[in-house]
Amino acid sequence: MTTLPPLLDALPEAHRDRLLALAHDRDFPDGSRLFDEGGPADRFWLVRSGEVALDVYVPGRPAPVVETLGAGQQLGWSWIFPPYRWHLGARAVGPVRAWELPAAEVRQLCADDPEFGYTLMRHCVEVIADRLQATRIRLLDLYAPVGGGPP
Amino acid sequence: MTTTVPVPYRVTAATPETADTVSLELEPIERALPAFSPGRFAMVYAFGIGEVPISVSALRGRLVLTVRAVGAVTGALCQLRPGDAVGLRGPYGTGWDLDAAADSDLLVVAGGLGLAPLRPVVHQALDRPGRFGSLAVLVGARSPGELLYRAELPQWRTSVQVEVTVDQPDPTWRGTVGVVTALLDRIDLRLDRTRALVCGPEAMIRHTARALLARGLPARRLQTSLERNMRCGTGHCGHCQLGPLLLCLDGPVIGYERAEPLLAVREL
Repeated sequence: MTTLPPLLDALPEAHRDRLLALAHDRDFPDGSRLFDEGGPADRFWLVRSGEVALDVYVPGRPAPVVETLGAGQQLGWSWIFPPYRWHLGARAVGPVRAWELPAAEVRQLCADDPEFGYTLMRHCVEVIADRLQATRIRLLDLYAPVGGGPP
Repeated sequence: MTTTVPVPYRVTAATPETADTVSLELEPIERALPAFSPGRFAMVYAFGIGEVPISVSALRGRLVLTVRAVGAVTGALCQLRPGDAVGLRGPYGTGWDLDAAADSDLLVVAGGLGLAPLRPVVHQALDRPGRFGSLAVLVGARSPGELLYRAELPQWRTSVQVEVTVDQPDPTWRGTVGVVTALLDRIDLRLDRTRALVCGPEAMIRHTARALLARGLPARRLQTSLERNMRCGTGHCGHCQLGPLLLCLDGPVIGYERAEPLLAVREL
């Protein structure tokens, strides 16, 4: 991937600069946890390289991975809505480099500048809608042994 | 010239791919059928049981068919061992239009068993470097254990971008988890020179095509392989009709411009 993350691409340059002014470079070593289910969603990330696994805590067994996110993708949307708690956990699969953004400051930017806020939230809704649609497709279990694909 | 009478072929190798899927390598016992090309299919007769359509999954020297055991005929085919015989008719149907794709970047998107008809395309690209621009292969599977040609994928990765995702990872899986369309974000698509070949369950094809069209790929540069209930393979019985098309003749590979309106019609 050589292009900007879709979130940054969606923003006009001035808005992009304001958002990136809040961003910090972060590196996460292989296996490190970025956040845990139920923890405070006080930041989010734009993944620049590497892979992040989203998992769910299930007592008695390794946390099942429900989805992975890679370069260019937005990690985290629980910071948008109260109670600002993570719905899932996240773990680095291999080294991960990301831009980290502080949730409260970004929400304040949105509140102060409705045009900026609308653009940003519209992108976030697209991310959420894409993941909802992907989840629905996976619910169909299309690759199941019987009634699967073509010959 | 194709034949309507099955020609006997001998199984020279039976390679288990997954718990319910086997690749059969075949050689003619006497007379060989005309040459197959990627995307075309054979009617395969399990003697005394019945016939099923199977797309070719490799054409390097010997003919290879990958079969998943989902019924009586495919179950019997998956039990075959080297030395056993099957009857073959074909080649039938349309293949991937690789001449149109020459010099283009090629994007191969496969879901589940849909990788089988696309595998010969990857082989051709590997065997004839320079025929296409770049090649990216995106593969979706239900689980790591249900991923086809798993031992072959590392070879592909030496010269081709290969991205794999699964729906249900096991604890050892360190790759991508999610739908195959999520892999589109992992590659650099040059939309003005890309041709996409998509094969898999029909809902996966529609979902993938929507994602590609939304990114700006024209429908005319997208081919897909569809399946209906193929019986005769010669366009006579009508079992494989999809609107105005008989998929055993007009398909299984068709351009998405033709496929899209037909796939939108319920019960077609």
